[in-house]
Amino acid sequence: MEQGRSIVHFVNVGKTYDGERLIVDDLSLEIARGEFLTLLGPSGSGKTTTLMMLAGFETPTRGQILLNGQEINRLAPHRRGIGMVFQNYALFPHMTVAENLAFPLNVRALGKAEVEARVIRALDLVKLGGFAARRPAQLSGGQQQRIAVARALIFEPELVLMDEPLGALDKQLREGMQYEIRELHQRLGVTIVYVTHDQAEALTMSDRIAVFDQGKIQQLASPTELYEKPRTSFVANFVGDNNLMAAEVDTLRSDHLCSVVLEGGAKVIAVATDELMPGQKVMLSVRPERLRLDPDAGAGTSSRLKGVIEEIVYLGDHMRIFVRTANQVRFLIKAANKEPHHGLTKGGMLTFGWSAQDCRALPV
Amino acid sequence: MTVTAITSPDDSRSIKRELTRSLRRRKLQAFVLVAPLLLFILFMFIYPIGGMLLRSVYSPDFARAMPATVAAIAEWPGSGTPPETVWAGVARDMLALQQRNEAGPVAAALNVEMSGARSLVLKTARNAGKLTAPYREAMVTLDPMWNDARIWQAIKRLSSPVTPRFYLAAVDMKVDEAGSIVSQPEDRQIYRSLFLRTLLISGVVTLCCLILGYPVAHLLANLPLRISNILMIFVLLPFWTSLLVRTTAWIVLLQKQGVVNSLLVWSHVLTDETRAELIFNRTGTILAMTHILLPFMILPLYSVMKTVSPVYMKAARSLGANQFVAFTKVYVPQTFAGVAAGCLLVFILAVGYYITPALVGGESGTLISNMIAYHIQKSLNWGLAAALGAILLTAILALYWTFNRLTKIDIIGLG
Repeated sequence: MEQGRSIVHFVNVGKTYDGERLIVDDLSLEIARGEFLTLLGPSGSGKTTTLMMLAGFETPTRGQILLNGQEINRLAPHRRGIGMVFQNYALFPHMTVAENLAFPLNVRALGKAEVEARVIRALDLVKLGGFAARRPAQLSGGQQQRIAVARALIFEPELVLMDEPLGALDKQLREGMQYEIRELHQRLGVTIVYVTHDQAEALTMSDRIAVFDQGKIQQLASPTELYEKPRTSFVANFVGDNNLMAAEVDTLRSDHLCSVVLEGGAKVIAVATDELMPGQKVMLSVRPERLRLDPDAGAGTSSRLKGVIEEIVYLGDHMRIFVRTANQVRFLIKAANKEPHHGLTKGGMLTFGWSAQDCRALPV
Repeated sequence: MTVTAITSPDDSRSIKRELTRSLRRRKLQAFVLVAPLLLFILFMFIYPIGGMLLRSVYSPDFARAMPATVAAIAEWPGSGTPPETVWAGVARDMLALQQRNEAGPVAAALNVEMSGARSLVLKTARNAGKLTAPYREAMVTLDPMWNDARIWQAIKRLSSPVTPRFYLAAVDMKVDEAGSIVSQPEDRQIYRSLFLRTLLISGVVTLCCLILGYPVAHLLANLPLRISNILMIFVLLPFWTSLLVRTTAWIVLLQKQGVVNSLLVWSHVLTDETRAELIFNRTGTILAMTHILLPFMILPLYSVMKTVSPVYMKAARSLGANQFVAFTKVYVPQTFAGVAAGCLLVFILAVGYYITPALVGGESGTLISNMIAYHIQKSLNWGLAAALGAILLTAILALYWTFNRLTKIDIIGLG
């Protein structure tokens, strides 16, 4: 059966608030049971609206949302049995931690002993055993977040939604929590749909990532594929740093490669991502860490460019070098801090290059 | 970040001194800024109220007006009629009062203690020149009422400048002829039931305001800004209308031939003969006061509800609670601070309300404040008015204190 593996199925879902602009535009998406799916996109891209439709706080204007094969378009949120973690935790300030955790159990009229046992188990799960009697305001941001996660999991939902849950935490804490949520997911086997605008967070945590822009999914793929093989220039740009060059396809080659002409007239070889036609406008994309500072030393460098160093930013483990080429394209190069880079000075000339396999021609 | 600890005691003492100095400067600045308001409150609020409260226990006017009597009556134990020295003192004081033309206040004060004493005092003062020793016979001849032991007991009570009699009167008690404290006779008890009625009506008004105000405040806090701003104007509109206009508008609406009654008759709910008594009674007071005090409930509720993020309701719903449970278990408890503030504000205002009950209250809708006003303006028994006021003030402060204790929120910042 088709529904056996997938827990949620969006079928041609559309959502508009004003009847003119579609916030979510003909969205079709299948979420597999037990997977960690991230909806990634800039603000206003429709990712949060998608999540809210799944949670039941928004109704789709068109299309269908299926949960375990049942249409849930008009099902009230409290009947869906979906756990949810909110951006600012949404812990009830007038209840203690234990009361917060017991809330979903009490509304389900579970026995007192059962509730107590589950609360203790949930507190242990997020390593906050001694905090039952505290109020949310007495906890740090990270602790509140853990309680919010525990509260969303305590009634054992199959599906948990997280709406930018780590947005309010500082960087270090955020990284720790990313790991913890990931670990919880693996241990409990629940399906998690996670919304974020932080691409690094999406890459770290997800099994699959759906990149949203203008109400549409631009690409749905695993983190590796998304980073290594972006299908559109939007995805290439949004996920990770990138260097983009406008170009035109010259000739297609048999081995998925093509020869393109840069705006300055230079010819380079790139990976053809799609069915490209000669003469088609494309964007060339090269990751900054794939640019080589010493193009002549290593084998496989297929393209070279020359430019003036505009800025060098030292970041400890690597350096960011901004170079402007003769035809005014600005490049970012990430150079690992492995060996001393002598002779790099602001205003100096620099020759750099890349391998054809690292350069992708994306249709515009 | 590292924190350097101050190790040597000398160091720590000097840094504390510097801290105090820098804080003192800031405190001084703050004090100078609030000084004008502080002075204003001190002279226009605290001082007159203090003076008024003092009147409820301290009443030296009688003793000052009748020095000879007061000196002589101290010896008298208080049973039967006093010895000749006291009679002589009264005669001397009366003569002096008559010459200064100041017998009126004394007569009024004594009349409060014993009805009929006014004319007795004024008559005696008028004839004080003709009185000769022995004064007892002369005065009894002038008016046999002087033979009544109660008049002398009243004089003895009045001769002490510090007195509990206003407070006793305020709770329907008195000192009887034998000097013990007893309740007033049934037909003269008014203040105790009036206090109770005041508390009851204020409670009902507060409850009505809460029931009517809570949904409105909820709407105001949750509707889009454009609509809620318009609604807010409707809430605030009464504030910009004179209290008298609003109260008299209710008279127009609610009187027997008024709009409401006519509508009810027109729609055959009532007949012309059975027009409802909606005003000049308790109903009128409750209706008008609820309307007038409603904004004082809505505004504190609104300000608290505005801070309750709608995400809590969503969270509760996602956790499996239906609308009703989410509202009662998650939303309402978070607005308790506003409920407490609003109720306290409305209740305190209602307890001391004067104009509206005076205009629409009739017989059964008058409150204790109307009685206080009566004693200030009409009967001129300021001591009793002050005692009633002091009891009211104490009751409210006690209520406020318990409320603060129970809700653990400090609304105004006292206590």
